[in-house]
Amino acid sequence: MTAIAVDGLGKTFDMHVLDDHEVVGLADVSFDVREGEFLAVVGESGSGKSSLLKCLYRTYEPTAGAIHYYGDDRIVNLATCDDRTVIAMRDGTIGYASQFLEEIPRVPAVDVVARPLIEDGCDTKTARAQARALLSRLDVPEQLWDAYPATFSGGERQRVNLAQALAPNPDVLLLDEPTSALDPGTRRAAIDLLETYLDESTTVIGVFHDTDVVRTVADRILVLADGRLERIAPVEALDREVLVG
Amino acid sequence: MTLLEAEGLRTVYGEGCSACLDATGPAEGTNQCPHCGSVVACAEADLSVAAGEVLGIVGESGSGKSSLAELLALEHNPDATTGGTVSYGDRPGNLLDVDYQTRHDLRTGEIALVHQHIRDGLTLDFTGGGNVAEKLLSAGWRSYADVRERVEELFAETEIPLDRMDDPTHTYSGGMQRRVQIARALATDPDLIVLDEPTTGLDVSIQARVLDTFRRVQREEGVAAIVVSHDLGVVRLLADRTLVMRHGRVVESGLTDRIMEDPHHNYTQTLINSVL
Amino acid sequence: MTEDITEAGPAAVEDDRDGGTPVPTDSVSVALDTVQGDGLAGYNYAYLDEHTKREVRRAMLKAVAIPGHQVPYASRPMPLARGWGTGGIQASLSILGPDDRFKVIDQGADESVNAANIRRLAERTAAVETTTDSTAADVIQTRHRIPEEVLTDDQILVLQVPITDPLRKIDGSDAANRRRHAHANYGKMWVHLYENVVEYGEINIAAAYPVMVAGRYLMSPSPIPRWDTEKLDDADHLSILAAGREARIYAVPPHTDVDPLAFEDREFTVERFPDQACHACGSSDTFLVEVSETAGPEADDGTDDESGTDDAAFETRYACNDTSFCAKRRETPDLPKDHHLDRSGVDWGPATPDHGDGEPRDDLDSEAGASQRGDST
Ligand SMILES: Nc1ncnc2c1ncn2[C@@H]1O[C@H](COP(=O)(O)OP(=O)(O)OP(=O)(O)O)[C@@H](O)[C@H]1O
Ligand SMILES: Nc1ncnc2c1ncn2[C@@H]1O[C@H](COP(=O)(O)OP(=O)(O)OP(=O)(O)O)[C@@H](O)[C@H]1O
Ligand SMILES: [Mg+2]
Ligand SMILES: [Mg+2]
Ligand SMILES: [Zn+2]
Repeated sequence: MTAIAVDGLGKTFDMHVLDDHEVVGLADVSFDVREGEFLAVVGESGSGKSSLLKCLYRTYEPTAGAIHYYGDDRIVNLATCDDRTVIAMRDGTIGYASQFLEEIPRVPAVDVVARPLIEDGCDTKTARAQARALLSRLDVPEQLWDAYPATFSGGERQRVNLAQALAPNPDVLLLDEPTSALDPGTRRAAIDLLETYLDESTTVIGVFHDTDVVRTVADRILVLADGRLERIAPVEALDREVLVG
Repeated sequence: MTLLEAEGLRTVYGEGCSACLDATGPAEGTNQCPHCGSVVACAEADLSVAAGEVLGIVGESGSGKSSLAELLALEHNPDATTGGTVSYGDRPGNLLDVDYQTRHDLRTGEIALVHQHIRDGLTLDFTGGGNVAEKLLSAGWRSYADVRERVEELFAETEIPLDRMDDPTHTYSGGMQRRVQIARALATDPDLIVLDEPTTGLDVSIQARVLDTFRRVQREEGVAAIVVSHDLGVVRLLADRTLVMRHGRVVESGLTDRIMEDPHHNYTQTLINSVL
Repeated sequence: MTEDITEAGPAAVEDDRDGGTPVPTDSVSVALDTVQGDGLAGYNYAYLDEHTKREVRRAMLKAVAIPGHQVPYASRPMPLARGWGTGGIQASLSILGPDDRFKVIDQGADESVNAANIRRLAERTAAVETTTDSTAADVIQTRHRIPEEVLTDDQILVLQVPITDPLRKIDGSDAANRRRHAHANYGKMWVHLYENVVEYGEINIAAAYPVMVAGRYLMSPSPIPRWDTEKLDDADHLSILAAGREARIYAVPPHTDVDPLAFEDREFTVERFPDQACHACGSSDTFLVEVSETAGPEADDGTDDESGTDDAAFETRYACNDTSFCAKRRETPDLPKDHHLDRSGVDWGPATPDHGDGEPRDDLDSEAGASQRGDST
């Protein structure tokens, strides 16, 4: 069953500050993702990977095309639906984790992770317990759980960020290089978690630089070049060098 | 569910003339009418706030943020001529036209304003607890024990040390005073809080605490908020959606992260780029 | 009285627009000569000119029409310093007629110098009889007390007011306070009470306890003790409250609701004198003040709290503050406060003795109330 159908998606940036210079982020990108599928997005730097995820999350407003999300009871065009629909969908339906943790001052790591659960109606105690379990599985040292992530290392912050995105177990999870700052050991833990924590039906679209990761977790691979879709294929069909971004 | 819907909001300081609106705004590069000298603090502003939603208003100093916020908080400004329509919940009619009593009732009940200037909102000779209690007492609370308990609860919620509750407010630090304002605004469980420059006059470490407190309480209570700030970081942290104002007009509005990362309007791009 | 006193009436006003008899002004000594003798030549009936009296009466009518609302009036200089009851005198003199009987009390006492002076002024200029008997007076001017004996619908009580606005202790701006009154916006007054309870565990306002009048205006009942405050509620008599310095008059008409501000769980209470009785008449149901036995004539106000300078020679005793009623009680112990009425059991202040047939009054706080009400008639 199709979860998301992207059709002719384009994103052009009007740079008023640069004499109205236009930058093309994405052009005419079309593909489908099935429910429960893990789609890895790869491509060279500047090829539009982040732009694609941000369009799906509506942090970028697409300038062309459609992004149909097939929910249980409705179909929503994420490219054009109103802001409030997007806000509602971000609340448990679509999750997003960027490469960087967006800091909330003075909130300890465990609460950063627990917060989406609490907002989802979970009681504080259960949410914290679940948050601790996630942090533990991502090998975040226990003494950091109650500390503020502002003081964490890049890799520690990235794991908090990933845990936060995973916690509410959204229907669609968008991951933009969630493991880039991790050493091989913790990266392994993160991948394990991705595979085991999420529901079978969770659809994941993730940008990864690491070939091993892609091979381990992805069902299909989408390759972008200069903002255009180069190809999309099952992970087995691709040879190694393509994957090395 | 839309809580508040506003159309054509306008605040003009001065006589006003027929050319005022055409002669001001971002395209004209001014909010002052060259013909009559009136200041069009805000005009042609449309916006809506859903229940539990946080709307940010950003813009440079003098762009009309406070004027717009005060209009929405039903703050009556005797110097200004105002216009527009505000519909609120199921209430019939224009909220800007209600009589004093209704406005007073709304302001002690459903809609709370946290002033940009601390001194506008607090009686500094009263105790901190008294300032918070005032809201409850004005709303008709008549049990001392209930008032006391609620004030303590609000102090705890906004992280003001309980042992300072009965000290005069002028002995509080700026951050504590700001939190008293927030506690006061929250006291009667409003549906909407208008927060004008919540971090002004606070040093950075206190800013974070105040914002975090507000953010947590706002979510726990499910109260809608309009947060005005010239600080993009504040709005990024608190707001679901954001309006960008310039020279008294709304130049762009949208999801806060979209405004920050994919700004469309020329001015918004300048604003974002000057910060990042 | 001499015929120099102009009778109040339309004719008098018509032929003298200035409302008084001209005083020769050739020289000070000539003027003084005219004023000497009986001292009344050159003065209008009841001292004030007719225009002034009308102005004051108009203000009083307006005050009656808007219970508790402070009505401005053109306060005149009076032959005594402002703050000594000039508002009360103007109110009294504006309503007194030659057939009226006038009583003046100063903190419960008819005999204070100030009360005697005001009484004499009215006697001489308004040709009224004076009395010390509260039940016999038509108009009672008073400072800081309401008599112990129940007032009737034939009587007018004129209270002297030093500070009109109860909100002033919260905010010094009269303009802002007037807006608060206009909008019945009394939140800040409530904060004052709240902070009182925070500080003292109870509302600690000794006198001039703020009251809501007819559910609309917040009013200061003038610095009467709490003991007297409830007498204003649903009273038979009219109370006029007048301030000379501030030039404001307000009123509590008969049968008007007067509610002291208080919390549901910190109720309004009156002063209590547990186990004390008046040393002169034995009353325990009257407002008592401390008197020092050997202190002599100047001991009158009961504010001697000087425990530091205490001396075994000074024995603190209690006495009725209302001296005229005390005198009656000395004649007739247990004389009810409503003895002069054709009905009995009239509520009037705390612990009216002939009310005490078993049923406790709900406005008495229990522990103190019990000890106050051992008697019955
Ligand atoms: N907000 C923006 N404003 C203007 N141009 C942008 C913006 N975001 C992306 N672009 C441009 O769009 C193109 C694609 O960028 P994008 O960030 O999507 O690349 P990427 O594939 O994620 O690269 P990387 O691997 O380096 O993260 C680039 O040319 C970039 O400069
Ligand atoms: N009482 C007033 N009389 C005249 N002009 C006023 C008055 N209040 C505000 N203005 C003008 O209206 C315009 C908008 O002011 P406003 O306070 O709404 O701006 P703001 O965006 O809140 O600014 P800031 O970030 O500095 O608080 C400004 O040009 C200001 O000078
Ligand atoms: Mg990228
Ligand atoms: Mg402002
Ligand atoms: Zn006595």
